[in-house]
Amino acid sequence: MKEQALKNRKSDEKLFDTVVNIIAALLVIVVLYPLIFIVSASFSDPAAVLNGEVVLLPKHFTLAAYENVFQNKQIWNGYGNSIVYTLVGTAINLIMTTLAAYPLSRPDLPGRGGIMFLITLTMFFSGGLIPTYLLVKSLGMVNTMWALIIPGAIATYNLIVMRTYFQSSIPWEIQEAALIDGCSNWKLLTHIILPLSKPILAVMVLFYAVGHWNSFFNALIYIRNKDMYPLQLVLREVLMVSQDDAVVSNVGLENKVLLAESIKYAVIIISSLPVLVLYPFVQKHFVKGVMIGSLKG
Amino acid sequence: MKSTVNAPGVAPRPKSRRSSLMKAIGRRYDLYLMLLIPIVWYVVFQYGPMYGLQIAFKNFNPAKGILDSKWVGFEHFQRFFESYYFWRLLWNTVSINLFSLLFAFPIPIFLALLVNEIRNKAFSKMVQNITYIPHFISVVAMVGMLLLFLSPRGGPLNTLIQAFGGQPVRFLDLPGWFKTIFISSNIWQNMGWQSIIYIAALSGVNPQLYEAAKMDGASRLRRIWHVSLPGILPVIVILLILDVGHFMNVGFEKILLMQNNLNMESSDVISTFVYTTGILKGEFSYTAAIGMFNSVVNLMLLVLVNRFARKKAETSLW
Repeated sequence: MKEQALKNRKSDEKLFDTVVNIIAALLVIVVLYPLIFIVSASFSDPAAVLNGEVVLLPKHFTLAAYENVFQNKQIWNGYGNSIVYTLVGTAINLIMTTLAAYPLSRPDLPGRGGIMFLITLTMFFSGGLIPTYLLVKSLGMVNTMWALIIPGAIATYNLIVMRTYFQSSIPWEIQEAALIDGCSNWKLLTHIILPLSKPILAVMVLFYAVGHWNSFFNALIYIRNKDMYPLQLVLREVLMVSQDDAVVSNVGLENKVLLAESIKYAVIIISSLPVLVLYPFVQKHFVKGVMIGSLKG
Repeated sequence: MKSTVNAPGVAPRPKSRRSSLMKAIGRRYDLYLMLLIPIVWYVVFQYGPMYGLQIAFKNFNPAKGILDSKWVGFEHFQRFFESYYFWRLLWNTVSINLFSLLFAFPIPIFLALLVNEIRNKAFSKMVQNITYIPHFISVVAMVGMLLLFLSPRGGPLNTLIQAFGGQPVRFLDLPGWFKTIFISSNIWQNMGWQSIIYIAALSGVNPQLYEAAKMDGASRLRRIWHVSLPGILPVIVILLILDVGHFMNVGFEKILLMQNNLNMESSDVISTFVYTTGILKGEFSYTAAIGMFNSVVNLMLLVLVNRFARKKAETSLW
């Protein structure tokens, strides 16, 4: 009897494992398929794509779409702008967040509870879109890159993550000892704290940089000059705005329409490339960032 | 060893509380100096807009500025509540978020439990790493992919429908499909990323509990139900509260990009209305009032849910 029960349980376990593996495999396919389709379509003959011939692998392999994208000045311009906005923006984010997170991590800072409360409050209540827009406008930032950088200089969530890291990973005793030896707070920050905080700095760089690279809405409302468009806004024009134009100029320009269609796939790939290429290398840091954040939300 | 008088960071015996506080502050003036710029930033860019929110009760005139514009009380709020769009906006906002909470919230939990049950460690890692990828696609690229994927001409979904003899469907032009597409694509993009926290929490569950349950003859499913789930319940509650914390704002940028004249009936939400009417048409006071209504409802929801969670699940944000 007992043996029989044990046997049953063994086979139940096996069945369970099989079901788990099948569901997991299906999920992987569901996640990967759209990505593979976009890649394949970008390397295919646009006519084949429009006729629904591309299902998994490229049909009539061609690089025409990429050649067209490379010739498109607007896209390159957007690429350059996005790189500048991301570099400058992330640098400012990093400096501002560190300057806020470190003092607020110090248990001996009088008034830090009150300051922390006022900072955390902004996560749950804010003035909203319109007052922010009017403020940025009145500061004369519209149509400058500062509108994309300064209003978002600190993400409160990131500040809390960084502060948690300072508090939990760097023993207060070390800092206290350094202070007793006559080390100034600035020196403490630059010579002891920051060298010990490389993991969290990497996480912050990644969070902020991806945020800048992928953002479009601030540019949509603050940037009027097309030469200053970041890549995401150019992407939006290529993918969405041009749709109606394509329909209008449809007559006798079938080729042009086809090209406009195929460019879309290539542009999606090219704009996501920097993040996706870096992804395997930095993935661990991202995960770590989420974990630190979850330690003490 | 702490008797070193005047050492920075170590307060000497206080003579009176006030003077020792002043000294403590004085000794750390450089810490406040670091904080200075961030605090100025918070005052200007976070509290500044809150101050500017008073235009919701005024007729804002850019030439006069915020202070000198005329007070009108609750006129803008009243106009909004009585407007033709009010119920449509409220319903779309609430339903999109409610359905998201209902369908998109449990899936990362399910995924984490699944990953936790995979015996083959390499496969388990692979599932995790692959499901994270879509999270890094920008909103614009995401909506672009939706347009192409659901396109009536050459989109794989319609190719499939046609292969079975059906007619191509213009999914993004049909109001009836909007919420389904919005929520399922959100799930596709974010389930892996959101499962990270649960996976981390699961790895913290005491293995002895599983052993004990096994000894008592609990099947794998029962072990998930009685050990894994209770183990991560506090995390689930916290994330649920945080989700409610931006209940009224979820996915605003994506909705804006997916909107077109044909699906407006179910894609018009409060935040996109504020954008189109406020920023594009310049009705600043009116839309500031609508935005404020949105934020206040949101804050009330958060406080309510937090209180409820504290009572029922003994877990809360504060």
